[in-house]
Amino acid sequence: MEFDLSKPQKLLREAAQATLSQNCPLTRVRERMASQDIHDQSLWQLIADQGWVGLHLDETLGGLGLGLVELAVVAEEMGRACLPCPFLATTWAATLLAQVANSDSASTLSAMAEGSQTASVALMDQDSDWDVEHVQTQLNPTSAGWQLSGHKTMVLDAAEVDTLLCVVRKENEIAVVSVSTRASGVKCTPTQVLDATRKLYDVRFEGVAIAQKDMIAVGDQAILAIEYSTRVATIAACAEMLGAMQWIRETTLDYAKTRKQFDRTIGSYQAVQHQCADMLLMTESARAAAYYAAWALSVNAPDSNKSVAIAKAYCSDAGREVAHRGVQVHGGIGFTWEHDLHLFLKRIKVCEFLFGDASWQREQIAKLILM
Amino acid sequence: MDLTLNAEELHFRDTLRGWLLANVPPPWTVPLKSEESKRAHLEYLRAWQRTMFDGGWAGVSWPKEHGGRGITIIQQSIFQEELALAGAPQQLGVIGEGLVGPTIIAVGTEAQKQQFLKPLLKGEHIWCQGFSEPNAGSDLAALNTRAVLDGDHYVVNGQKIWTSFGHVANWCLLVVRTDASAAKHKGLTCLLVDMASQGVAVRPLKMMTGDSEFNEMFFTDVRVPVANVLGKVNEGWGVALTALGNERANLGTGLYMMFKRDCDALIAKAATIQRNGKPITDDPLVRQKLAQAHLDLEVFRLNSLRTLSGMNNTHAPGPEGSILKLYWSEMNQRNAQIALEVLGLSGQSWDFDEGRWAFNYLRSRGNTIEAGTSEIQRNIIAQRVLGLPRSY
Repeated sequence: MEFDLSKPQKLLREAAQATLSQNCPLTRVRERMASQDIHDQSLWQLIADQGWVGLHLDETLGGLGLGLVELAVVAEEMGRACLPCPFLATTWAATLLAQVANSDSASTLSAMAEGSQTASVALMDQDSDWDVEHVQTQLNPTSAGWQLSGHKTMVLDAAEVDTLLCVVRKENEIAVVSVSTRASGVKCTPTQVLDATRKLYDVRFEGVAIAQKDMIAVGDQAILAIEYSTRVATIAACAEMLGAMQWIRETTLDYAKTRKQFDRTIGSYQAVQHQCADMLLMTESARAAAYYAAWALSVNAPDSNKSVAIAKAYCSDAGREVAHRGVQVHGGIGFTWEHDLHLFLKRIKVCEFLFGDASWQREQIAKLILM
Repeated sequence: MDLTLNAEELHFRDTLRGWLLANVPPPWTVPLKSEESKRAHLEYLRAWQRTMFDGGWAGVSWPKEHGGRGITIIQQSIFQEELALAGAPQQLGVIGEGLVGPTIIAVGTEAQKQQFLKPLLKGEHIWCQGFSEPNAGSDLAALNTRAVLDGDHYVVNGQKIWTSFGHVANWCLLVVRTDASAAKHKGLTCLLVDMASQGVAVRPLKMMTGDSEFNEMFFTDVRVPVANVLGKVNEGWGVALTALGNERANLGTGLYMMFKRDCDALIAKAATIQRNGKPITDDPLVRQKLAQAHLDLEVFRLNSLRTLSGMNNTHAPGPEGSILKLYWSEMNQRNAQIALEVLGLSGQSWDFDEGRWAFNYLRSRGNTIEAGTSEIQRNIIAQRVLGLPRSY
């Protein structure tokens, strides 16, 4: 039994750390934040060139054939860098496509892995939650074929990606259809959430024609693919939060060791030491939970679904708490726009709710433990 | 990263599982109300320790040359898990086997190893640790029990407190002050004391639960042979730290199974309760609380696994043990509170589930105090893991 990362996994971490610290300094993140176009295209190409887009997918689907632990390793470093790229959305969409792989999706996946195409998943209706069974958006039959009309909300990076995998009902069965974001009748309106390095959109579909080849999956196959890919994306979100927690924890510790008040470093006061100790406990517990979920899902362990809900619930609560403690220890400077802390606090804040917050995850756990 | 057990670990588990199946005695059912029943229960535990010894399952973590099996830390965690799964009686010699024995192995003389290790594993010697004093709790090195050399004996005078197993132990690992003029960490010595010695008095301390788990011990002109000094004279602080390091590392292993029994029992109990004509497990607030208790416990399990895996690589208990201690003690308090909230006021009754939830709640308040308070654990994490300066 070995909980620690293997040697190749550690090398991957070092490579991701080196690449991102060199190419994605926080000054660059702030430049993107200030611009209309959040996504950094050249950075995205660099990430695709490393093979990290779909790295957990089979080589025949353009992936590197690595596992979910490796995905978590890379996502953690992206969280630590506050990367302004559609990695979460594309990972989610690519995983979904790979679950229903056919010749069409294989070529799309290869294009995504090369960085020439991006995609996202439109799951939640305007009035539903993250549970796929609650989706009501209907595909309408017309004489010319199927048409999509409806309103999806909180769609990651919708306007920045090429393709949306839209979760709908087709004659009362859950289905996934592929829609080009440039198709006629698709309108994406940004919802400015707290994290200015990540955009979420309201997407309205008005009479969008859906060709037979764009029906990705229907029925049980669709549900399984959505649920599995959402779990994979949830793990990536947990790892992102973990990376952000790690940045906050280390930055706060450095500050506690250098900032002086009353002629001594503030880190020599127990009140501050205990905050730092708690931040370590929460960050390391989040690490144990997130990586265990990645491993459990990758080997299809009996508790894998529950472990993902546990990881997301724990990381959501602990991530928020670590961010708050980090601001508190920094004092006034930690509350300013100038300090980078708020970038990570906001990254965590959006991840806290993506794919279901702690309360929503606890209900998923309750369903599994209360028979 | 691979959490599956390897072939050796699986073999160990299966061998142990087979042995437990054939050897675990029927569970103890008599309530421990009378002195007689307590004595009989002690003999039941002692007999189980002897059975473990005869089967070669006592001191499994100790090196082979000292009667153990030299198993890895991962196998130790399997060991604890299998014992719990098999419903084995609690281990009588936790302090002896987990804390005193390893310290004797580390710093004891050959004669001490000969004299103490085997009786300890057989359950003939039950150990307690005489560390804390009324005025030396978290600040252990301020302890004041004196030992003065008189010929080939030390003469001990003083008082110890919070001594688990003090009322049943026949041996004690005692920390005393042998040089009052030295700095407080420098004048301490560890002694191995026969509890049957003249001048030793033990008085049980009643906890807020109403039970007695620990004791006060009074030492009045107790004579301890010089041969029973453990480690070197005036270097007892290092010996005590060795012992405490083993304590913090050991505690995590079996605890998960104990807490899991409580958590599973709470969920099972909740499923039987109706309120206002509806099952309480339909109440979203109750569902949130039960799920939180379960997830908190699972995160503790994963933290334990990760710490074990790390120790398996470094072969030493590190200060990370403090993170685990901090986690489980506060988690158990949270979960004991959740149990009372889910069960409602009747759950506090000593008649409800034989007082299980009332006891757990009260007992959990001690968790953040015993074996190093949460404040001390946070100091250790801040100073020894994070490298922050010494603080007051």
